[in-house]
Amino acid sequence: MDFLSLSIIIVYIFLSLSLLISLIRVIIGPTLPDRVVALDLIAFVVISMIATYAISSGHPVYLDVAIVLALVAFLGTIAFARYVILRAGKLREDGHA
Amino acid sequence: MKSLILHTATRLMIGILILFSLFLFFRGHDEPGGGFIGGLVGAGAFTLYAIAFGTDLTRKVLRVDPITLIALGLASLVVSGVIPLITADPFLTGKWLFLEWGNSDIKLSTPLLFDIGVYLCVVGFIVTVIFSLEEEN
Repeated sequence: MDFLSLSIIIVYIFLSLSLLISLIRVIIGPTLPDRVVALDLIAFVVISMIATYAISSGHPVYLDVAIVLALVAFLGTIAFARYVILRAGKLREDGHA
Repeated sequence: MKSLILHTATRLMIGILILFSLFLFFRGHDEPGGGFIGGLVGAGAFTLYAIAFGTDLTRKVLRVDPITLIALGLASLVVSGVIPLITADPFLTGKWLFLEWGNSDIKLSTPLLFDIGVYLCVVGFIVTVIFSLEEEN
């Protein structure tokens, strides 16, 4: 086994671990912003996994998938952030009313 | 949404997103890509702009109503289907036109016209949905 395939296996193991840890944060995350940040992290771990797969399979076409996901993944996070801001404003109104 | 970081990042990102959507679109015939995925990425650019700056400014940037984009796309699909009828071929047959210009040859075809139609339909549809969701609030 050469160095590249060994390091690819190690990278897969660590990325899977961080995926699992972020998933636990999504499930137990005490507040909504914690869950949003964890979902964002999951998106970027998935991007790294696709990039690693592009190296290990030798098809550079998969890198385009990673680029599209990187360009689009933060859109979901921004939409969640908007929702969090709207909810915070509504909670504040209810508290004072 | 009022945020300096989001506004600055949007101005940088929208160009990259539209450039990448055009890249995906033009690569589409023989390699992964094409009208649909290019249209999705292009619609993502306008979605980002609508979230950052509001729908009024996005309509101004888009210049045409998104429903007009859907209509233009459908018209382009019909034209790409009708062109081969002129030479008595079946509807939607792929017709190619090879032009030589200097050292490069340009390949024009009805599949390209069809893909432009798909691109415009996807952009128009998604931007319409996003606008109506945004204006609901």
